[in-house]
Amino acid sequence: MAGFGYACLLLALVICAYGIGASLYGVRTGRVEFSDSGRRSVYALAGVLTVAMAVLEIAFLNNNFTFNTVADTSSRTTPTFYRAAAIWASQEGSLLLWAWLMSLWSSLALFLTRKRLRDVAAYATAIMLGFGAFFVGLMVFYANPFATTNPAPPEGVGLDPLLRFPTMMIHPPMLYSGYTLCTIPFAFGVGALLSRRVDADWIKAIRRFAFAAWLFLGFGILLGALWSYSELGWGGYWGWDAVENASLMPWLTGTAFLHSLMIQEKRGMLKVWNVSLVLATGTLAIMGTFLVRSGILDSIHAFGGHTLGVPFVILIGVMIAGSIYLVVSRRDMLRSEHRLDSLLSRESAFLANNLVLVALCFVIFWGTYFPLISEAVTGQESSVGPPWFDRYTVPLALILVLLSGIGPVIAWRRATFANARRNFLIPVVSGLTTLVVLEIAGVTQKPFALAMFCCAAFVFGSIGQEFFRGTRARRAMAGESPPLALFGLIKRNRRRYGGYIVHLGIAVLFVGVAASSSFQHASQGGLKPGQSTRVGDYEVRYVRPTASITPKYDQAHTGSTLSLGAVLDVTENGHHVGTLNPSEGFYESDEPSQGTVSSLIGGQAVSHVAMTGGLLRNVWTAIEPDIEAPNLKRIVTAGNSTLPPDEALVAIAYLARAYLKHPPPTQFNLVVSPLVFWIWIGGVISFGGGLIALWPAPSTVRRRVAARSRARALRGLARA
Amino acid sequence: MNPARKRTVRLVMALGAAVVLASALIYTSFSAASPALTPSQLVREAQPGRSYELTGTVVKGSVHREGAVLHFAVADRAGGTAVPLAYTGIVPDPFREGREVIVNVEKQGGSYVGENNSLITKCPSKYKTAPPSENQNA
Repeated sequence: MAGFGYACLLLALVICAYGIGASLYGVRTGRVEFSDSGRRSVYALAGVLTVAMAVLEIAFLNNNFTFNTVADTSSRTTPTFYRAAAIWASQEGSLLLWAWLMSLWSSLALFLTRKRLRDVAAYATAIMLGFGAFFVGLMVFYANPFATTNPAPPEGVGLDPLLRFPTMMIHPPMLYSGYTLCTIPFAFGVGALLSRRVDADWIKAIRRFAFAAWLFLGFGILLGALWSYSELGWGGYWGWDAVENASLMPWLTGTAFLHSLMIQEKRGMLKVWNVSLVLATGTLAIMGTFLVRSGILDSIHAFGGHTLGVPFVILIGVMIAGSIYLVVSRRDMLRSEHRLDSLLSRESAFLANNLVLVALCFVIFWGTYFPLISEAVTGQESSVGPPWFDRYTVPLALILVLLSGIGPVIAWRRATFANARRNFLIPVVSGLTTLVVLEIAGVTQKPFALAMFCCAAFVFGSIGQEFFRGTRARRAMAGESPPLALFGLIKRNRRRYGGYIVHLGIAVLFVGVAASSSFQHASQGGLKPGQSTRVGDYEVRYVRPTASITPKYDQAHTGSTLSLGAVLDVTENGHHVGTLNPSEGFYESDEPSQGTVSSLIGGQAVSHVAMTGGLLRNVWTAIEPDIEAPNLKRIVTAGNSTLPPDEALVAIAYLARAYLKHPPPTQFNLVVSPLVFWIWIGGVISFGGGLIALWPAPSTVRRRVAARSRARALRGLARA
Repeated sequence: MNPARKRTVRLVMALGAAVVLASALIYTSFSAASPALTPSQLVREAQPGRSYELTGTVVKGSVHREGAVLHFAVADRAGGTAVPLAYTGIVPDPFREGREVIVNVEKQGGSYVGENNSLITKCPSKYKTAPPSENQNA
């Protein structure tokens, strides 16, 4: 099977090489059949990589430990759900996922443009296959997912317990879909520049893909934040970690592009800017992938291997140099058709939004790559921490949210005073009312958070007003009921109103971020059963310890041998809020040298966070049980020296009982975050809005169906 | 002012603002950054009151807890100089003796104190393919 999988990769490499040659030859000589053949090789690549993916997936599901990747990231005891997802837990598997998703999305893009943009698409085909060849080449020469060991080990290492979280199934494919979708606008952008067809056609063709990239990447980032908050034992969702930043950067430039492309469509302006953003987004997506692969920067996320650094640096160098050359050499074609009429116009608002987004991206880029920059400049590796990022990103985020309220209501070309009064009265009143209410309520100690709440209220006012006016107009014209009119409004102009919903969601999300980061209460402390501590307005009482052992042969086995936890009672002003049960799972290690008992619990330790709360507050708890407490350590040490491996579990059971009977003082991490739920709600609203905007407009669908039936009728006539 | 001149002035102003902002960014990044040091470098170079980013491995047998304070020592990757630390705050799940950690430290008097919640654990085995020899032993 492994040989067959590897053969698929070799075949994929051949297909890429052929396809690049065919499409370039086709477009150079004008022989369409070759360009078409190049496009079909992308379909073939998708097919071959699908087979390769299936081979590896079957190996995972069948516990085929002759595959090194299977033995390293899965095991018989790994639950089936996680065995299926373990395919992208390894370096090799995730490279295959990358190449596979890229081939699928590229096929879709080329299929949808097969009758248009002949020259642009032919060059784009070559670029896409170039990416395909690069990633397949990495697998063939550096990190083969089909590498085997003979004889197979009897059991695998198992999936890293930290990755055993339901979003593991969708977070990586989402993020990688985002990354790979970023390369499609890049490929078409390069195609447009190479073929010197830089009109609005290619922008129209890739708009949907740029949007999909934005949507998937954003959703992937948000799922990562959710995973961090609800699985990792630190109570945060964003830590300015290098790998998090790497995924945020193309998302920011992608967001900028989605706005500025509207100016190109409407006014024929900003062509150089747009094509540069597209090229930058594609390059940043590859750099993001590189950061995770190369291990060049310290990150808790990064894969360990260092071997892939050089090929990636070469690819990124080629992408940057090529992009700059193409934009500079084609600059005459990229002249704007119009000039900016006024600084008070929608064009200006979009331009400002673009500058803020690019500035944000630059700040994050500088901070993320600072260890490399400082080493190059001063010879001393240094890094900047979250406070440095916050200093710049917080004010920029404020401006961004404010602009997301201004953009939708300001007039194109030149805003007049009357227009401004008509459109800005309600949003400004809404923002100021919020300011007054919060001042009265005493929320004044955090000026940035206060400013963010007011900006968000401004956005709610501006977007709410747009929906209200649109609905009222429809009601007046068609006499529909309010819900029907609202539905009809969104349906008629999905891109516009979907976009507004996204703005609404982003404002909700930022309210959550501002509130939860500024007004968070955190407390850490050791407690004994019966003792309690305060965190914010809440009282948390340690009721009693819990312990459970789940041996391997147990059906309910989730991977950890021993789990120690606590029952916590949470009250607010004497009212019971909830009973929580945080725990920590101790996993078996793969080092038998630790001792028979120690090795059963000496591997990873993973927190199981417990939370309660609703829309307004979230009480987050995690436990760090002291497994090294003297009375527990004695049992382990005694067991190590006396018990054979097959009886070592007895000592663990004894340890669990000792923990329940004489619980040592236990460390708890308690965090109360206000409005943290709003982040997830905001994300869902934005995602929903994004889907609405992305959905093909009914008129296009109808046009396509009509065109198809007309063609069928004509064919029928011709036959008759 | 003619339109062309106006545009030039605007462009120069915008570029000027961008340059000023970028310089501020660059200046603060160099002044706010914590130098990344290994334990042996830390012992040689540390000045009291300054923050450093310490990278190294947790020395086996050095971890013990006193109430909220976690004591452990960090040594160079190749062994050798070990720096004992007193740390308070959240301890990441993968923290274990023998594993690589990154922690912000400050020299206070003769001892080293880890900054609250600054501990990051790098798990070298995470995501990494074990060498084939290990596999065969497994």
